[in-house]
Amino acid sequence: MPAGTLYRGREGMWSWVAHRVTGVLIFFFLFAHVLDTALVRVSPESYDTVIATYKTPLVNLMEYGLTAAILFHALNGLRVIAVDFWSRGPRLQKQMLWTVVGVWVVLMAGAFYPILEHTLLSWFGK
Amino acid sequence: MAADTNETLVVPSVHAHTGQGLGTGNPADAFVVEPPRARTKKTPRRTRTNFEMLAWLFMRLSGVLLVVLILGHLLIMLVLDGGVSKINFAFVAGRWASPFWQGWDLLMLWLAMLHGSNGMRTVINDYAEKDSTRLWLKTLMGAATVFTVLLGTLVIFTFDPNI
Repeated sequence: MPAGTLYRGREGMWSWVAHRVTGVLIFFFLFAHVLDTALVRVSPESYDTVIATYKTPLVNLMEYGLTAAILFHALNGLRVIAVDFWSRGPRLQKQMLWTVVGVWVVLMAGAFYPILEHTLLSWFGK
Repeated sequence: MAADTNETLVVPSVHAHTGQGLGTGNPADAFVVEPPRARTKKTPRRTRTNFEMLAWLFMRLSGVLLVVLILGHLLIMLVLDGGVSKINFAFVAGRWASPFWQGWDLLMLWLAMLHGSNGMRTVINDYAEKDSTRLWLKTLMGAATVFTVLLGTLVIFTFDPNI
C-alpha cells in the first residue's frame, strides 16, 4: 500500500506551525492586555478589579500557558535568526530545534512554582 | 544516454534568463526566466520598493529586542517577588515613577504591536484567498493595531499616580 501523499514535514514544518500558532495567540492576548492596563487611567479600583481576575486559578494557569507560548516563540525565533544569518544555521536547524525544546522544558519546569505560587498557596496554605 | 548528458551545457545562474544550458534548441525558450529583480518603468509602484525585505529584517531586529523586553517583563511581573500576587495600581505607579520603566514599556508596546501586526499580515495573506477578504481583514487588523498602540502610548504618557 502506498504511503499517503499528505506532506508531513519533520522538525522544520512543525516548528513553523508552532511558531505561527503561538504568534497569533500572543498577538490576541496583547490587545486584551493593553486594554486592561489602560484601566490605570480610569481609576485604581477598576484596575485592581481587572487584575483580580489575573489572580484567579484558571487565569493564573493561563498565564503559565502564555509563558509557554512566549518562551517557545522567543527561543524558536532566535533559531530562525540563526538559520537566516549564521552560515551553519540551515545545516544545524534540527539540532537547534531540539536545543530550543530542551531549554524550553527546563525554563518551564523552573517557572512552574513561581508563576502558580499564588494559586498553590491559596489552595494548600502556607 | 551517456552521450546526451555529456553535451549538457552548464551556465552560471546569472545567465539563466538567456535560456543557455536548457538545451531545447527552441528560440522561444530563450527567455524562460526573467532576470531576477529587474525593475523597469512598467514595474508596479508597490513592488518598486524593498518593503517586504525591510519587513523581514524588522521581524528579526525587533524579535531580538522583544526577547529581552518581554522575558524581562514576565520575570518581574509573574516570576519574582510573589508573581502575580503583588500586582495592583500601587505597583504600577511605583514602576512608572521611573522614566526607565516607562521607556521599557513604551518600546515593548510599539515593537510588540508592529511585530505582531506584521506577523498577522503574513498569516492573513497566506490563508485569506479572496482579494476582498484579505483587504478587509488587514484593514480591520491595522485599525485595531493603530488604536491599541495609540491608547497604550497615551496611557503611559498621561499616567497620574494621584488619580
